[in-house]
Amino acid sequence: MLKTRIIPTLLFKGVGLVKGVAFDSWRRVGAALQSVRVYNMREVDELIFLDISATPSGARPDFREIDELADNCFMPMTVGGGVRTIEDIRGLLAVGADKVAVNTAAVETPELVRQGADEFGAQCIVVSIDVRRGIDGKSEVVTHCGRKATGLEPVQWAKQIETLGAGEILLTSVERDGSMSGYDVDLVRDVSAAVDIPVIASGGCGNYEHMADVLGCTRVSALAAASIFHFTEQTPREAKRYLAERGFRVRL
Amino acid sequence: MASGLTIIVDYGLCNTDSMLRALEECGAARVERTRDPHGVAKADRIVLPGVGTFFAGMRNIREWGLLDEIKARSERGTPILGACLGMQLMASTGSEGSCNGPVEGLGLICGEVVRLAPQNADERIPHVGWNEVTANGGRLFDGFPEKPDFYFVHSYHVCLDRSSEEAGRGDYCGGFTAAIQADDKPIFGVQFHPEKSQKNGFRLLKNFLSI
Repeated sequence: MLKTRIIPTLLFKGVGLVKGVAFDSWRRVGAALQSVRVYNMREVDELIFLDISATPSGARPDFREIDELADNCFMPMTVGGGVRTIEDIRGLLAVGADKVAVNTAAVETPELVRQGADEFGAQCIVVSIDVRRGIDGKSEVVTHCGRKATGLEPVQWAKQIETLGAGEILLTSVERDGSMSGYDVDLVRDVSAAVDIPVIASGGCGNYEHMADVLGCTRVSALAAASIFHFTEQTPREAKRYLAERGFRVRL
Repeated sequence: MASGLTIIVDYGLCNTDSMLRALEECGAARVERTRDPHGVAKADRIVLPGVGTFFAGMRNIREWGLLDEIKARSERGTPILGACLGMQLMASTGSEGSCNGPVEGLGLICGEVVRLAPQNADERIPHVGWNEVTANGGRLFDGFPEKPDFYFVHSYHVCLDRSSEEAGRGDYCGGFTAAIQADDKPIFGVQFHPEKSQKNGFRLLKNFLSI
């Protein structure tokens, strides 16, 4: 049986790793290479590595940094941040990324998703969707690390990028990000029910119960989490033991 | 230490770094990657790694003149391991990424590459993540526990003409060929990514290096 993946997310800004709250108030949380080595030793299911400063500053992906990290990463790694062209995707795959995440560029040039899928296969094109919920409760897709509203409705956008050939969706709730108050279950339920490609839920995980909550009532395929692993004693392995005891299929 | 020269064929789409590092970690004495037929010609072992579409992979292999050399090495009994797309390229035909129907593969194994067909709403495509493989014996799985987990990420799979060449089976979309061992030559394929499958993946690569 296919297992639910528990995926630590590493956010890279400038020279090291950071973690914020609602895409703001970034705190330094250590060095990237060291974190990759630790997760490697702990044999986590997969890693997500996002350079959150690349797109806002107009930079391309930092291929040298990714190259060094990938050399030390014997688990699948999704890399995103600053990906704008088919050559960016090719370059990241060449230095060792297994999947490439596009966010802002997918909104600005949706054709990139199709091109990437045609050339490299749908399975390595992850579209990252950041969602902000307005005061009226309506949710909207945002880009540029949460700074720019798009007017796109998350479920519609998810369906559209599935049609374009995306292989997976990384779905992040901006409000829940760093809050450690639980995943946005409604958002995850709606998006994972609307598409037939795997969805990774992200944003809000503070404890193992939050993981069980979202797994219990959505069709999500994987859970990403950052603060819980940076700021608490909780670990991916313990999370999976907890979930296995409750009947969820995980790799122990 | 596995002796001899292991050649990773770099057909321009794939994550050759991860495979290179994994083979080194697994004790391969000398590992090189090449896009050049002359590079392939000196191989004692060949690894075809995999990311990309069938169409793009075969296009590059043809255009770069690698096709004949890979076939020649297989005729001479050089052990070959294909991983993910690399295994699919070994088949007779495939259609992923092609606008004009199936294109010819390397033809090292008789079979066709087709899209996975979900049996229920929970089976999403691509098949991404850790899943079990039921090994049918075969040298790649020497010393493995029952049903080891490996990392998969694919939308297509190989439909073999001869079921005797199936070395491992995956449990998804009604079951699919997760590993291949040819009947008459040291030709092997795995649908998963051994270079990303941690301990199990490394054990499998060590088994290949010892052939």
